[in-house]
Amino acid sequence: MIELKNAAFSYGGRDILMDMDLRLAPGSFHFLTGPSGSGKTTLMKLCYKALQPTTGLMRIFEQDVRAMDRDDVARVRRRIGVVHQDCQFLDHLNVAENVTLPVQVSERDEEIDEAHLMDLLGWVGLADHYDAMPAELSGGERQRAALARAVIMSPDLIIADEPTGNVDWEMAQRLLSLLIELNKMGKTILLATHDLNLIRTAKQQVAARVLRIQDHRVVLAGADL
Amino acid sequence: MVDVSGIVALFQGDRQADRVVPPSGFTARLTSFTAGAMAFLTVFALALSLATGRLADRWNAELARTSTVRISAPEGQMAAQSEAVLNVLRTTQGIKTARVMGDKEQRKLLEPWFGPDLPLDSLPIPRLIEVIETDDGPDNESLRLRLSAEAPGAVLDDHTRWRRPLVQAAGRIRLMGLLSILLIAGSTAAMITLAAQSALAANGQVITVLRLIGARDVYIARAFVRRFTVRAFMGALVGTLLAMVATYFLPAAAEEGAFLTGLGFRGAHWLLPLLIPPMAAIVAFWATRLAAFRVLKRLM
Ligand SMILES: Nc1ncnc2c1ncn2[C@@H]1O[C@H](COP(=O)(O)OP(=O)(O)OP(=O)(O)O)[C@@H](O)[C@H]1O
Ligand SMILES: [Mg+2]
Repeated sequence: MIELKNAAFSYGGRDILMDMDLRLAPGSFHFLTGPSGSGKTTLMKLCYKALQPTTGLMRIFEQDVRAMDRDDVARVRRRIGVVHQDCQFLDHLNVAENVTLPVQVSERDEEIDEAHLMDLLGWVGLADHYDAMPAELSGGERQRAALARAVIMSPDLIIADEPTGNVDWEMAQRLLSLLIELNKMGKTILLATHDLNLIRTAKQQVAARVLRIQDHRVVLAGADL
Repeated sequence: MVDVSGIVALFQGDRQADRVVPPSGFTARLTSFTAGAMAFLTVFALALSLATGRLADRWNAELARTSTVRISAPEGQMAAQSEAVLNVLRTTQGIKTARVMGDKEQRKLLEPWFGPDLPLDSLPIPRLIEVIETDDGPDNESLRLRLSAEAPGAVLDDHTRWRRPLVQAAGRIRLMGLLSILLIAGSTAAMITLAAQSALAANGQVITVLRLIGARDVYIARAFVRRFTVRAFMGALVGTLLAMVATYFLPAAAEEGAFLTGLGFRGAHWLLPLLIPPMAAIVAFWATRLAAFRVLKRLM
């Protein structure tokens, strides 16, 4: 799915990530942890090609990121569902429209399946907020809506940047179980979180690996997690 | 060259896809207004061009088929020279009839200039011979040569001298009308380009979000193009219809077809202004499309 070889990334000369050698195999479940400001969001942005490694090799779905043109990027992003840390909604569309936006822009000739949409909104606890505008949502509700949008196209890879950052423990578990379900269906998951409890809970249900960013390097965390 | 099917598809376009771009009331109204105003002007430029065209054609047709031979000769030779001229004219190809104008007729022609009490008999007035030409007309140069040989006092006036500048002026006005239409189309394209550009620039965040979830640039561009094309079409339609109504109620052409009163459309020409709204749509389509791809290319 995602492959990094000897890759590094720096923001205008400031090194953020170095010596990255990483492979996300199809169907795998990875957590990503690390201190605030360590580069978790940056690594995720590399994975959906919002950023590009400064040096080294990176492949997304077997495609070299440097060889991609804009349309390639669009096609790749349709296969990746992303929960952005800052959610990224269109503020003039309501929740349902925002959640179904990926179907809308995919230029597929398919109708949006209302039952599926209601199911999904129900799962993330937003069934009552179908008509709400993004500005009317709480932080946790925004994250849940973002997760619904990320999975609506049933993408091959799901990247979630702290999707449980603003929700209570019960809802966090609920969102996690949605991701675990999707992983069992064969989807690849990359999930950034600070929440060690969440990681422990997940590890009881799936074979999840934990990546940690430490001193600008991505390392596999030990079994203590 | 013009992708009409794409434009047709735009009008059928799905409403939902339209909504991904937030409505922008001001640029919307600006575009409609501009298209409407430009369409209004185009109708008048078109009417002017067509009217001058008609006028030039008529002058050409009426004047081309008549000419005059003027004979100035001493009293004694007038009859002989007239006879000689008529002879020449009768044996010239391209002349239907030729006849000497009577005193009364000549008096009537001169009356506006000299008044009704003109003492024709005592004045050395030249004799006029009215020549009606066939559609092809004679070869005026060789006719002149023969006339000067047979009747030294005869001068052929084929009216080109004063016809030519009139027809030229009419042609020039028609050209300016057409040029105005092109300029109007150009300004419309320019204004719609500016409006589209500002709409795209104002929606940078929307474009970012759409790209993040996998929208191709053509999809984003199409959402903008559709809006501007539909607005330009609607604006132009209103402008055209208003201008057509205004043209219809212009004073009708007088018998003599004086220029100003002849401004307007005749018969099938009434259909021509109806081409303006589709043309405006095509202009808007390309202006927005080019602007959109230019802005999208620049926006990382
Ligand atoms: N656009 C940018 N330009 C320059 N530096 C940036 C930019 N975005 C992030 N950084 C820097 O890169 C570093 C990593 O940021 P990043 O957002 O990846 O951290 P993070 O691990 O996601 O943190 P958090 O847990 O707080 O979300 C930070 O030091 C940040 O200041
Ligand atoms: Mg982050």
